[in-house]
Amino acid sequence: MRGKTLFACALALALALATFEPARAHGLIGKRFFPATLATDDPFVADELSLPTINYLKLRGSEDAPPTKQIDLSGEFSKRLSPDLGISLGGTFTILDPDGESTVTGFDNLEITAKYVFFKNAAHELLLAGGLSWDVGGTGSKKVDAESFNTWTPQLFFGKGFGDLPDQIELMKPLAVTGVLGLAVPSRVHTKTFETDDDGNVDVKKPLNPTVFQWGFSFQYNLQYLQSYVRDVGLPAPFNRMIPVVELVMETPVDGRDAGRTTGSVNPGIIWFGRYFQLGIEAVIPVNHDITKNIGALAQIHFYLDDILPQVFTWTPFHGVLGPTQPQ
Amino acid sequence: MSRLLAAAMLLLAPSWAVAHAFPDHSEPRVGHSVEASPPAVRIWFDGQIEPVFSKLRVEDADHRQVDKGDSRVDPVDPTVLEVGLPPLPAGRYRVYWSVVARDGHRTEGDFSFRVK
Repeated sequence: MRGKTLFACALALALALATFEPARAHGLIGKRFFPATLATDDPFVADELSLPTINYLKLRGSEDAPPTKQIDLSGEFSKRLSPDLGISLGGTFTILDPDGESTVTGFDNLEITAKYVFFKNAAHELLLAGGLSWDVGGTGSKKVDAESFNTWTPQLFFGKGFGDLPDQIELMKPLAVTGVLGLAVPSRVHTKTFETDDDGNVDVKKPLNPTVFQWGFSFQYNLQYLQSYVRDVGLPAPFNRMIPVVELVMETPVDGRDAGRTTGSVNPGIIWFGRYFQLGIEAVIPVNHDITKNIGALAQIHFYLDDILPQVFTWTPFHGVLGPTQPQ
Repeated sequence: MSRLLAAAMLLLAPSWAVAHAFPDHSEPRVGHSVEASPPAVRIWFDGQIEPVFSKLRVEDADHRQVDKGDSRVDPVDPTVLEVGLPPLPAGRYRVYWSVVARDGHRTEGDFSFRVK
């Protein structure tokens, strides 16, 4: 009987969440809906939950380490404090599975981000935001190489839809681009390490913790925008709620041995959005072979908390209940 | 206790449907051409909309309003917003809509169609 009751609960939740109707919660400016992108942070503040984000990659081996399968299981909770100010808390559980060796697991550092949207233009579907991210040193496990020091990353976000293009090129109107530029600055310039050789000699090393320029973009073609505002091409569900997307996720150290050497990936994929949640899947294609030459995978379930329970999740201390994200 | 929880969740589930109304399809179809002037523009939304706050307007290429000004929500099917049209000459027309869903959330948009 208990099993049946639990099944009824699960069914009620599934019915409430799995309605095949469009979402209009997150990232609405004008008539443009921006989804939450998987690999790069979007420019909006919202009440939302990414759980889980699963990232799989097989890393290349080196002199010191064998080829290793890495699986990151991440979650992020985001909350608006006002219509334009939001914070988010993110955590990652990492599983490292080296070839021929035992598996290592542990949490990476907690990440806290504050974001403020300081410019909105609905007619041009344009949005700008600034943010500050704090990788809280020492909160993760050293087994998975979580840093013992803080890293601060000031960030600039943007989102732009191309619905304002002339009608002569109307099929370009569903296009949109988002981006984030950040500079990750470690609070400790060098990390001192001690190594003891077979003769008992202690070698002290002080490798540099580089400052890293982080940059990413997403290019999106919104099929719901095409159908509703540009041209009804007769796409049936679920294709009429899909957004083909390509994300670029890059890092370029600005100092140290690898200064100027960019690593990262190009991630083509698909996002489907419903009324209460979205699903996304992407391939992770390395831009060079510094980290790996293998193609990885990224998948995410993302919940629109402000549409699921607006009275609860959109409450703010100074502005009361904001309600679901409205078109700006 | 668990039965009560299940019953509460089943009761709550419909009330969670508190989102905006967005267009599902329209007549004339978005971005399409029609052979003759249509008698009306109709938009079917994916949820019920409020008659008092939901409007539909049709303009010609010179931004002059050309509809009959009788925009209304269909009393039989409250997911349909419509406005009557006089006979329209050939040309391109743009439809502007603004609706408020039953939960009070507003959405708006526009699209064009052409009369051959």
